[in-house]
Amino acid sequence: MDKYGFWLYLLVMAGVTYLVRMLPLVLVKRKITNRFILSFLHYVPYAVLTVMTVPAALYATGSEITAAAALLAALVLAWRRKSLLVVAAGAVAGALLSYGFLAYLLPLLA
Amino acid sequence: MNLRLLFLLFCDIILSVFEKRSVGVKERSLFRKGLTDGLPICFGYLSVAFAFGIFAVNSGLRPWQALLISMTNVTSAGQLAAVPIITAGGSLLELAASQFVINLRYALMSVSLSQRLDSSMTLPHRLAISFVNTDEVYAVAASRPETVGRRYLYGLILTPFFGWSFGTIAGAVTGDLLPSFLTSALGIAIYGMFIAIVVPKARDDRAMAVCVLLAAAVSCLFRYLPALQAIPQGFAIILCAVSVSAVMALAAPVDGKEERHG
Repeated sequence: MDKYGFWLYLLVMAGVTYLVRMLPLVLVKRKITNRFILSFLHYVPYAVLTVMTVPAALYATGSEITAAAALLAALVLAWRRKSLLVVAAGAVAGALLSYGFLAYLLPLLA
Repeated sequence: MNLRLLFLLFCDIILSVFEKRSVGVKERSLFRKGLTDGLPICFGYLSVAFAFGIFAVNSGLRPWQALLISMTNVTSAGQLAAVPIITAGGSLLELAASQFVINLRYALMSVSLSQRLDSSMTLPHRLAISFVNTDEVYAVAASRPETVGRRYLYGLILTPFFGWSFGTIAGAVTGDLLPSFLTSALGIAIYGMFIAIVVPKARDDRAMAVCVLLAAAVSCLFRYLPALQAIPQGFAIILCAVSVSAVMALAAPVDGKEERHG
C-alpha cells in the first residue's frame, strides 16, 4: 500500500466502478444489437463470480475441510433456489458445524 | 409492524423536506414500494458486508478504510478482489483493470436498466442511481412488470446502501472481538452469495452451466499450474473471465431477445 497510498487506490477503484455503471445508464438510449457483444456481456458476470469462487473459497476459512463443508451446504441450498441470505447463512453454518465436529466431537470419538 | 410504519413515516418526512412541497399519494406509495423491495437486499448485504469488513481488516486495512471502500464502491466481488491488490502494493493498472473486468457486468445491467426507465429518470437521477446499481438492485428493478421511475429506485437503493456500509464497519470493528473460528467461518459468506447467484442460473441454462464449469477449470489452472502462478491474482481473474466469456460468446451466442439476466 505504501507505493501509492490508500487514497489513490480508493480513487482509482471507485472511479472505475462508477464509470462502468454510470456511462451505459447515461449514454445508451437505444438497444444494442451486436450479437457477440450481447453474448459476451451475458456470460461475463457468471464467469467472473465463478473464477473468484473457484478455487479461492476453499482457502477462505483457514481449513479446506470446513470450507468444503460450507461450499457443499451453499451448493445444495443454491440448487434449491434459496435466497442470497439463506445460502450465505447456510455456508457459514456448514463451516461452523464442521469446525465444531472436527474440534470437539472427533477427539471424543477417537 | 408499528416500527415499520414509524420507519415509513420517517422516510416520508425526509422525502417531503427534499421535495420542498407536499408529496402526492401515488408518488409516496412508489417510494414505499421501493423501500419494501429493498429491505431483503439490505439484510442480505448486512451479513456479506460484515464478512467483507472482517476480511479487509484481516488483510491489513484499517476499519475506516474498509468503510470508505464500501461506501464508494458498493460492490462485493470488486471489493473482494481489490483488497489483496491494495495490501500487496499492486499496480494501479492491475487494480483498475481488475475492477473494470469484474464490474463489467454492471455495464450490461446498466444497459438493460436504461431501456426500462421512465421519463422521471433525467440525467442527474441517472448519475445518482447508477452509483448503487448492484446485482441485486438491478435484479429487483428489472423484474418489475412496468418501467421504473426515480421514486421507486431511490426507495430501492436506500436501505441496501446503508446495510452495505453499516455491515462493513460492524465487521471491521467487531471482527477482532469475535473468536477466530467464527470470523473464519463468516469469511465464507461472501462466496455463499456468489454461489447463490451462479448456481440457479447454471441450473436453468445449459450453455451457462458449461460456461461456469469451464471458468472453474481455467481458474484452477491459473491457481495450480506453476507456470501460471506468477501472474498477479487481479490479472488472472481478468484473463480467465474474458477468455471463457469470449469462447462461450462464439460457441453459444445468445439471441438478441435474451438480454435480461440476474
